[in-house]
Amino acid sequence: MQIQGARALRPLQRWSVEQGAGRRGGFLGRAIWPFAALAAALAVLPWLGVSAYVLGVLTLAFYLGVFAMAWDLLFGYLGEVNFGPTFLVGLGAYGAALLNNYTGLALWGCLAGGAAAAVVGGLLLALPALRLRGPYFGLVTLAAVLFLQRVIVIAARYTGGEIGLAVPSVLSLSARVNYYYALGFMLLSGAVLLALVNSPLGLILQAIGQDAMDAAVLGFNVTKYKLAAFCLSALFSGLAGGLTIFYLGTVSVGTVVDIAVTLQIIIAAILGGRRTIIGAVLGALFLIVMGEYLRPLGDLNEFVVAALALGVLLWAPDGLLGFVVGSRRVEG
Amino acid sequence: MRQLLAQIVVDGTVLSALYGLGAAGFALIFGVSGVLNLAHGAVLLVAAMTAWAMASELGLGPYLSQLAGVGGGVIAAYLTYYVVIRPLQRSRKIPDEEREIFVLTATLLWAIMISELLAHFFTATSITVPPLVQGVSQVLGVRTPTNELAVGAVAWLVIGALWLFVHGTRTGKAVWAASINPRGLALLGFDLERIYRWVWGIYGIMGGVAGVLLASFLGANPARAGDLTASAFSIVVLGGLGSIFGSLLASYLIGFIETLTAYLVAPSLRDLPGLIILVLVLYLRPRGLFGRR
Repeated sequence: MQIQGARALRPLQRWSVEQGAGRRGGFLGRAIWPFAALAAALAVLPWLGVSAYVLGVLTLAFYLGVFAMAWDLLFGYLGEVNFGPTFLVGLGAYGAALLNNYTGLALWGCLAGGAAAAVVGGLLLALPALRLRGPYFGLVTLAAVLFLQRVIVIAARYTGGEIGLAVPSVLSLSARVNYYYALGFMLLSGAVLLALVNSPLGLILQAIGQDAMDAAVLGFNVTKYKLAAFCLSALFSGLAGGLTIFYLGTVSVGTVVDIAVTLQIIIAAILGGRRTIIGAVLGALFLIVMGEYLRPLGDLNEFVVAALALGVLLWAPDGLLGFVVGSRRVEG
Repeated sequence: MRQLLAQIVVDGTVLSALYGLGAAGFALIFGVSGVLNLAHGAVLLVAAMTAWAMASELGLGPYLSQLAGVGGGVIAAYLTYYVVIRPLQRSRKIPDEEREIFVLTATLLWAIMISELLAHFFTATSITVPPLVQGVSQVLGVRTPTNELAVGAVAWLVIGALWLFVHGTRTGKAVWAASINPRGLALLGFDLERIYRWVWGIYGIMGGVAGVLLASFLGANPARAGDLTASAFSIVVLGGLGSIFGSLLASYLIGFIETLTAYLVAPSLRDLPGLIILVLVLYLRPRGLFGRR
């Protein structure tokens, strides 16, 4: 029991050691410069004569990056096997689309409404997470996605069913402006999430993820922190989902709810390196760019991407970011 | 009305037997090695596609091609074990508390790889494996393809063979013991590695038979690997992870509810009530109906 208690304490000990040594967030310090350089490079990209098509591909990659970061908060830090990120994304996207279609709300109001729907969904997902562990919780989240998918198809009169629904408002018609909306939103979400996970909150979440009972024994209100993490993840997923459909101009099950989208999110986060937040963005960029690059392979494209991700999982479980900044696991 | 009811009883019984066979394999692997194999549907599909290819490309008869399909299932099971599961279980880079999550994600990726390969090299459209037996029989006053009855019978034969193996042979008893306490078995001098090899082989046979029969009864499609996994997963969780008896019972529950929904409400909604029951059971009794852990 003593050893177990020590395990949950470890992230907290590490934090206090880093505080004492005056290098708060040691990993963040190492990763921040390459990341800033990447952000700067992405920011000047539209002025380098890149085609609107490439900008469009990257725009979608940025939104996928936000989905994956929000997922990483639950998986990497809280240790929840969440197969339902698209339940949250889909609620945000369909919430915004329905408001846009059937009310006179302005675009930003629709986004806020969609995000609110996603947060409610996040609370719904958090309830089983308080009682169930590991695969059981995973199955409930999977069921949630399938359920949402069926409901959308059944309510086809309002949601457009399998075909999807056109969204009257758009963010912008210019590929460049859309690109900056997506990039700006991704950087903002990344900054907020990074700040959160490198604060004491992130360490408490990790402690809960490693052993919820030990964390409770240490006096942390596990329920409160779990609910908070799910709401945060849902907020970013829902907002990104809404922005995606106002970029695409349509909403459909295939783009925001389908299990295939869930898989993309999970692969992106793990490929980039779990429990890093930044890694999720790298993974999303890698996944989308690789997908475009491998397009000539036709239907084998997905096979190669899945095989690459499996290879990373087997031989480099820390992901792409593990290569960039080296191993950051504290031993002992 | 009586006709419809009889139809539901016959179809439900056969479908449930098939679900039971597939889910029992899934439950066996979890019970013995603690692995939740999300590539389960893909293993079933490999068997179905092999049988289909043998029959339609090489012109083998129904018995030979279905046997070849079962062989394909066994190969797929062993590949899953040696390529994905074993390296993950032995990797030192993965912390123990995250191993389960890695197995879930890796087998999911493995399932995508298998179904993409099947779609590329065989076909991306739906296929049917030629039936074992031709002809039509009368059951409860309903005209039923004789093959449907054969499918149900074979499924139960294989489940019965598993029971005999587990309770009647020394290796089988060791497998059963491993599912209760693997460490204790290792302390008694049993080679766990050998037991795992047995279990994955048995799993391959059960999954192979289930895949081939399912494809001759309902057809198969490479894109549906995920659905097959999801139904086996939910049946096993509903019955209680680790309990083969619970899985069999749950497969009848789900099989009949699905058939009822398909006939009385709409075929497209057949999996909806099962999902609702699953979520309710997990809320109220997280270890399932007969779960041990």
